[in-house]
Formats: sequence, C-alpha cells, structure tokens
Amino acid sequence: MTQASLFRRITDFANRADPYPLYEELRRTPVLHEEEDGPYVISSYWDIRSLLHDPRISSDAANLAAAGDELAEAQSTGLPPSFLRLDPPEHDRLRRIANSAFGPPHKPHRIESMRGELHAIVGGLIDGFGEAREIDLVDQFAYPFPVTVICRLLGVPREDEPRFRAWVDPLVATLDPETRAEADEEFVKSAQEARMQLGMYLAGLVEQRTKDPQDDMLSDLADSRGPEGAMTMMEVMSTAVLLLIAGHETTVNLITNGMLTLLRHPDVLHRLREDPGLSARIVEELLRYEPPVQIVPQRTCIADIEMRGVTIPKGSRIWLMLAAGNRDPERFKDPEKFDPDREDIQHLGFGSGIHSCFGAPLARLETQIALSELARRLENPRLVEDPPPYRQNAVLRGPRHLSIAFDALR
Amino acid sequence: MRLVVDLNKCQGYAQCAFLAPDVFAMHGEETLVYSPRAQEEQRERLARAVAACPVQAITADGLDGPSGPAGEAAREAADGR
Amino acid sequence: MAADYLDWLRREGRIVIVGASLAGLRAAETLRAEGFTGSLTMIGDEPYEPYDRPPLSKAVLLGKASPLHTELPHRREVDAKWRLGVPATGLDLTAKRVRLADGDEVEYDRLLIATGVRARPWFKEEEGRLDGVFLLRTRDDAARLLQRLRSARRVFIIGAGFAGCEVASACREMGLAVTLAERAGAPLVGALGGVIGAVAADLQTGNGVDLRTGITVTALEGDPAGRVRSVHLSDGSEVETDVVVVSLGSLRNTEWLTGSGLGAGPRGIACDAGCRAFDFRGIVTDDVFVAGDVARSPHALFGYQFLSLEHWGNAVAQAETAAHNMICRGADRRPHLWMPAFWSSQFKVNIKSVGVPPMGDQIMITQGSLAERRFVGVYGHQGRVVAAVSFDNTRWLEFYQRQIERGAPFPVDYTTVDRRPEGRQPVDADFPDPSLPTHGPTVTLSGYSPADQQLVFTPARH
Repeated sequence: MTQASLFRRITDFANRADPYPLYEELRRTPVLHEEEDGPYVISSYWDIRSLLHDPRISSDAANLAAAGDELAEAQSTGLPPSFLRLDPPEHDRLRRIANSAFGPPHKPHRIESMRGELHAIVGGLIDGFGEAREIDLVDQFAYPFPVTVICRLLGVPREDEPRFRAWVDPLVATLDPETRAEADEEFVKSAQEARMQLGMYLAGLVEQRTKDPQDDMLSDLADSRGPEGAMTMMEVMSTAVLLLIAGHETTVNLITNGMLTLLRHPDVLHRLREDPGLSARIVEELLRYEPPVQIVPQRTCIADIEMRGVTIPKGSRIWLMLAAGNRDPERFKDPEKFDPDREDIQHLGFGSGIHSCFGAPLARLETQIALSELARRLENPRLVEDPPPYRQNAVLRGPRHLSIAFDALR
Repeated sequence: MRLVVDLNKCQGYAQCAFLAPDVFAMHGEETLVYSPRAQEEQRERLARAVAACPVQAITADGLDGPSGPAGEAAREAADGR
Repeated sequence: MAADYLDWLRREGRIVIVGASLAGLRAAETLRAEGFTGSLTMIGDEPYEPYDRPPLSKAVLLGKASPLHTELPHRREVDAKWRLGVPATGLDLTAKRVRLADGDEVEYDRLLIATGVRARPWFKEEEGRLDGVFLLRTRDDAARLLQRLRSARRVFIIGAGFAGCEVASACREMGLAVTLAERAGAPLVGALGGVIGAVAADLQTGNGVDLRTGITVTALEGDPAGRVRSVHLSDGSEVETDVVVVSLGSLRNTEWLTGSGLGAGPRGIACDAGCRAFDFRGIVTDDVFVAGDVARSPHALFGYQFLSLEHWGNAVAQAETAAHNMICRGADRRPHLWMPAFWSSQFKVNIKSVGVPPMGDQIMITQGSLAERRFVGVYGHQGRVVAAVSFDNTRWLEFYQRQIERGAPFPVDYTTVDRRPEGRQPVDADFPDPSLPTHGPTVTLSGYSPADQQLVFTPARH
C-alpha cells in the first residue's frame, strides 16, 4: 500500500479541520472494507439511513467485543452498558425509564420550561466576557454553557465540574478511533476506572436524592417506579454517566461548529441577528453541514447483509459515516453549501431509529439560544484564526479553541 | 394557524412535543396527539417544531413570517420547481 | 394527446374536482404547484372547507382538539371556485358536465373524482334514527357524539374495526362503561388477522371494555321518547346503554355516477395506475381521473390487484399523482405506486402497518413479543414479504417497507434484534376470509434511494 487507507486518513488528526474532501472520496466506494479485520464503512445517505433502521444491526457492546473490539468490553466492565450500547428489549426498557424523567409523556414541560434559565445562563456567560475584545468561545462559552445546563437538569453540583471532568476526558478519548488504535492496557484500565469512579460519584448523588428528592432528573431516576419497575442501582449509574457525558460533550461541538460556520457565512449571521427565529432552521442545517457526531462506529451486524452488491458478513463491525451521508449529492441539492433556507433538511445529525439522540430537544434549544444571543450581542464578530485548532476526537469532532474578536458587547 | 401531521411518517421522536408542548403531546410512548388549530401565541414554538421534526411530517400554514417555512421565500421556491 | 391541447389546458382549461376533502385539496394544490393556471372548481357535499378526519375518532374524543377546528392547512393558494354544501348528483361524460343538487351544471375539460366514502348506516333505518345512535365520519357527527358522550355513562359500539376500537379507547379514557360488539372472533381481524386480533382483544378487555365477539346486533331498542335504551344481541342477551356508535365500515360515494357510463359501483371507481377512470366497458377514459378512498387502482407490487385503500396517506399520494397526470404529457405520467400504510392508536398504543396485511397468509413476529404488546409482525404470501405491522415499534417499519418493495423472501430467515422464541416460526395469520391473488409474475422496486427506484418485472417461472 503506497498510501494509508482511506479510513485511517479520516481518523488521522492531521485531517481533522476539514474531513469533507475525504468523505467525498469515501462516497465513491459507498461500502468500503479496506482491512481484513477492519470495519465496513458506510457513507451514502440512503445506506446509512436504512442501516439505522435495520434490525440486523446491533448496538450491543457484547457483540462489538465479539467482533474483536477489546475496548468495547473494557468500557462495559464494572458498570453494565448504558442503553446506548444495548439492543431491545433492554435498550427500550432503560430508555423509556430515562425518558420518563426527561420528556413527554411524563414530563412534557421539563425542557421547554428551562428556556428562561437557558437565556439567563447564556446572558451571564456573555456578560462575563467583560472588557475583553477577544475570547475563546470554547472555554468561555460553548463548554461552560451545556455543562451548567446538564448539571442543573440532572442535579449535579456545578462546582464539582473539575472533579467529573477528570473522569469524563479519558472516557471520551476512548471514542476516538486513532486513540483506540494506540491504546495499551494501561489506557484501557484507566478508562474503565474512570467510568467506575464517575458512576460511584453519581451514585452518591442519587443516594442523597433518594432521601431528599429535588426537581431534577437524578431524583426522578432514583424514584422511577413505572409499570416496568425501577432501574437497578447499577443501571441508574450507567444511565447517569451516559446522560452527563452525552449531555454536554456533543453540544459543546454543536455550538462551536455553529459559531464557526456562521462566522464563515456572515450573511447568515447577519440575518440571524435581525431575526432570532431563524435559529431553528440554522441549527437543523448545522446538524447536516457540521454534525457534532460525525461517525457512529459502534454497530455490528448479526446477519449477513447485502449492500450495493457487497455482502457484509455476519459479525462484522460497521461504521456509519453520518457526516458523509449528510453531504451526499444523491440526497441533498448543493450539499456542500450551508443553506438554512433549504426546504429539505432531513439530516442524520442526531442519527435515526431507536438510538436517535436522546438529548436532541435539549441540544436544539441550547444551540438555538446560544447562537441567536451571540449573534445579537457581539458587535462585528470575526475569526482570529481559521481553521481553528481541533480536538483529537474524529467521532465527536469540533474545535479545541475558537478565538473570536469583536468590537463591543451589546 | 392550521396544522396537520403525516402520522405515517411520524416515528414518535417527540421533538414537537418537547418544543411546543401546548400544541403537541405524546399519548403513550410513541402516539402523537396534537391540536390541528394552534393559538397565535404558539407561532414561534410551532415554527421550531416544524423545523425540528426529524421526519419532516408537520405541515402548517399561517406561519408566514421572515423565518416561517411557509413564508414567501418558500412559496417562491416551490413555484420555481 | 396533442401537445397544443395540453398547453391550452394548462393555461386556460377548466378543471373540476368533485370532493373537497383531503384528496381534493391536495390535488388542487398540486395542480397549481405544477403550473395549472386555468379555472378550478371544487365541489363538496359538506358546507365546510377541507378538514382532517383522523383526529375525529382520536384527538377530538380525547379532548385535545375541537371537532369544529380540524381544517387542513393549505400548502399553497389554490385559487378555486368553491361550491361547498352542494353534492354532485350526476355526470354527463359526453357533454363533460357535472350536475349539482341545486340544479346547476358545471362544465369541465378534465375532471377529478375524489368523493370518498361515508359511514355505513345502521341497516334498520328506523332504529338508526333513535336519539343516541351515532355514526362517526364527519365533523358534525363528531361534534354531536362528543356532546352526548359528556352526559353519558354507558356506550355500546357496534363493530370492532379501527374506528370502533379507537372510539372504545377514547370512551374508556373518558371514564365511560363501554361494550364493543364484533361479528368476527376478535377486533381488527379483517385488517390484521386473528393473531394480531387477539392482541387487540386483550388491549380492549385489559382496559375494561366489555368485548363481545362472534356476535351480531339484532336490534336497537328505544324508549317511548325515542331515545335509545338497549341493544339486543344474537345470543339473546340485551345490553342497556345511553349511546350507540355504529361503526360498520363505509360505503363508497358513487351513487351519483349511476348511469354515467363510468366503471363505478359499490366497490369504488376503477382506474388505471395513472389514476384515469375506466368506463363500464373497462376502457380507460381520457378526461376523468380518480383519487382517494373512492378509487380502486391496480398496484404493481401486489400482483396488479385493484386495491381500494381507505388510508389517509393514499388520499394524499394518489391526489398528487392524479393531479400531475391530469396536466402532463403521456410520457411524463407517473404510476400511483404508493406503499399502503396506516396508523391507529388505541389505549396509548401506536399501531402502524405497511403493505397489505390481508394478502398475507402467514405471520412471523420478528421483533418483540405479542404478550408485551410491543412487537413487529411480518406477513408473508407465496414466499414473499407483503406487509408488516408494529405495536409501539414504528421506527423499524422503514426496514420492512424496503423488504416488501424488494419482494424479500418469507419466512424471514435472518436474525434480528429482540427476536423471541415465539418469532422463530411463521404461523397462520388467521384472516377470516383470505383473499388469494392469482400466482403470477412479480414486480419489485429496486434502487438505493426513493429518487432512483425502478420497477423490476420478473416473469413467472413455469
């Protein structure tokens, strides 16, 4: 081989700032299988969409481990897998119970009623820019905002952030393919340890809520007594770990990718400033154009699957390249154009099917408010550095820092 | 504002029920019930729900506004097809 | 058809749509969207602008919507002359005229018939007129029924099809005592077969409905004031009630076409795959199109059988296709290839289906479990997947729709997530009167995206 394989180039940190030309190359081989033990990489919109609804595809961590992914097992040692890594019926049961603490039909107003609070948090963070006329959007806004929100929603003390941060970072790192490829036993062990520690920490909070319930999700999870009974303590721990991490890691990237995209499209930024209602369509187009989860790398097939003349054998690992499918010209007109006016934005940004993003409504609301308020309050904002420096992670892709200069705060 | 949801398309993602809970409600785990006539004060929430529907199953009229999907620009785009 | 005629038709022709409900409205919008600038007349027997019916048996009875406000949103201006509250009473194919109940006549260059169906009334007219006996099809029906239910304690529903089951569900949520009578062995058997019917029966009885199956209603009895007070059953029993809801399916609104020469009758109006109506000789007409519940059209995926589909989605899709074909050249016409699909909700359970379940003779529960009322069932006929049904499992149906489109083999021979022991073997789907289509060549859809789907014809093997 004269050149690194295509999927290794995609996961290569050197290509993080702009993987889209590689995705375009990828779509020319919509079912790509480059290495004998490697995954089948699926990159066209319709193929991804069909596999997201295909009952021959499993999300079960045990199947992934059987397919030769050692980290999958490591992640589920100690604590049981979260519903993200389970198939029905267990997935459905746990997700239903989690949902009963989060949204309709049991808590129809929980998210919508946080709107005022979200505005206040965003306002406070922007005020906090103070006299500075250059800020790092990630550290000063896009990270603290969703962290504060998920802490309030779950009932995790905000001041504990440095503590759980130390456990979250190694866990998130295990999602990155390049990091995984280089992982040694030590790394695996520390990730496992971090997950357990984070679970124990959250279990402590759940314990408190059992005695003294509050208006938060941990209290409701501790108290879940639907027709299907409650979660076990271990299940509550796994679920809480998942919600805490997924509840902010991806939103940081969505907001940062969003502001970066708007600064690269000043006409749209200008329109948003005039009309905050446009934020709903901007966020949907962002989820297509720069989705915070670029790849779903954790599926396996439990039966042979025929796809475009290729037989994907039972037991194979499958990567679904959401970000590539989102720019598939077979599906979207002018896919490389950022266009919030497009009539048809049925993106894969939150996945689809039974594992579609649990926190999607919260992420939508947070990002709508964040972007419309930034647009409204920053006078003449501009990028200091383009492209900005990126985080290592190829799956949860986004800038590590985003320096923005502006003339004044409104 | 009048609205209708194509419930063949609907897969119960409930985004509308999160974003406009006074117009859309989940009745059970994946059954959607909604009011086909939304009050004026729901305009913005309804527009958000229409935009967020993952299967684009919601049709509403009377949302006309600069950012409404039934706005003039959208009409013109439809005409141009 | 001469091209200049079509140009003229699109520019200044006269199109009349009989039927101002879902199909009529969507057809009118499509005509305008595709550039028809001539005159458009919408004729409707009800005095209301087009409104949506599915909420009438669900959201309206649950108090989530007003029966008077389910008007359909308009996708665009249709700029039509509306003749509402005036039923069409006759059609002259030669003179190209529609006769109206008020004596008026409306001339057309092209006609679309979308007159739909009406509720089948109780077979004894006098009993049907008793105070407290209701049908449920129109918004007026719904408004009257809702008002009466508010002061009722006991409801008797005749017929456990989808509408009857939905009304039973809503009435239980209102706290009313409900008796549901069905001639077949279980609810929904005609649509979904006995295996699923048994689940539907459990759903009813588990929620406190007094379900009587294998039984017919022989008489409705009124008190001296003319108010219904009880129902007599074929087993000799009598059930006291305040309200009777007659839910015995529907009749197609084709009587006004009697003698017109169109191939119209109790089973609907036959048309080709391009929505052009047949005359009674089986010859396709040039200027008369059909869409929605009243149409019977051949479906390539299902052995070219003529399907009459009383499905919301069919009305929309067929209206769009008919309207498109009305104003385009022959080569640009599209077949109506909509995949049959419907939904229902009962006792907070979401029931959805794709394909044609009654065509299936066997069923396999490929995911989930009947006992938990969360499952996907797949119907097979002559070695192919022809339909699927889900109870609270709708997100998987896309997959099964693809299987139907591709004529995938049945029984399902691959593993699926959440397969239970009960789902390893197909069982008799248990339809009361299985319709067996003739064995013949097969047609499937191929392609990776809906945009590039192609029909593939596979001749029969001998």
